[in-house]
Amino acid sequence: MGERGPTESSTRRHFLAAAGAVALAPIFVRPARATPDTMAAAIREVVGEAPVREGKITLELPPLVENGNAVPMTVTVDSPMTAAEHVKRIHVFNEKNPQPNIATFHLGPRAGKAKISTRVRLADSQKVIAIAELSDGSFWSANADMIVTLAACLEESP
Amino acid sequence: MTQALVNVPAKAKRGEAIEIKTLISHPMETGYRHDTNGAAIPRDIIHTFVARYNGEEVFRADLHPAIAANPFITFFTVATESGVIELTWTLDHGEPVTQKANIIVE
Repeated sequence: MGERGPTESSTRRHFLAAAGAVALAPIFVRPARATPDTMAAAIREVVGEAPVREGKITLELPPLVENGNAVPMTVTVDSPMTAAEHVKRIHVFNEKNPQPNIATFHLGPRAGKAKISTRVRLADSQKVIAIAELSDGSFWSANADMIVTLAACLEESP
Repeated sequence: MTQALVNVPAKAKRGEAIEIKTLISHPMETGYRHDTNGAAIPRDIIHTFVARYNGEEVFRADLHPAIAANPFITFFTVATESGVIELTWTLDHGEPVTQKANIIVE
């Protein structure tokens, strides 16, 4: 390894500082902040000013798909699903499709189990975020990064 | 023609969470595509799916064009009593599609 110039090492230091900040961020910062504007706006419309914490919800998507036209997705929320404590809604968002919304699922104590499967379209490799709205008014999120080798067909870029 | 396929267990124990699987044939046209002449193909999707258990709504999904063609949705509901589970898909164009399934709860 040769000597690093001052510019290079300071860039590296900045990068490491930024990486550290990102690693610490999820607990304190709403996930909306790190994502493109349209998704952030769509999420804000749903959660308002309430904080969104990570956890309680699991978003299962294959890490790599060949075809973005039908990607299996399963969302599960860890909840007893009783009248006092249940999942009210699950919202799913994406970054790079023409529209940030994928779906909203409305549940209640009668669901018994907060687990939903469907198939989604993804126009590009991107991040998908699921947010659960619980009966106590709290919001919990999970995200998944996807690589799509063949995007869902869209003749128009978003 | 829009055809729906549903899988509801015929029998269940009282209080058990049962899985309901649904599939419906529909192109879920996004509204972002063009035909060979360059004309925009208008949006035509299923925008709402509702499940009712003996008339009471137990599950609802608001769908967007990001749901794949031939929407496949599975969800759970508690088997409370014998009766009918009614599933309704509401389309952008055309009449809603409804499927009913009977369930016996012991």
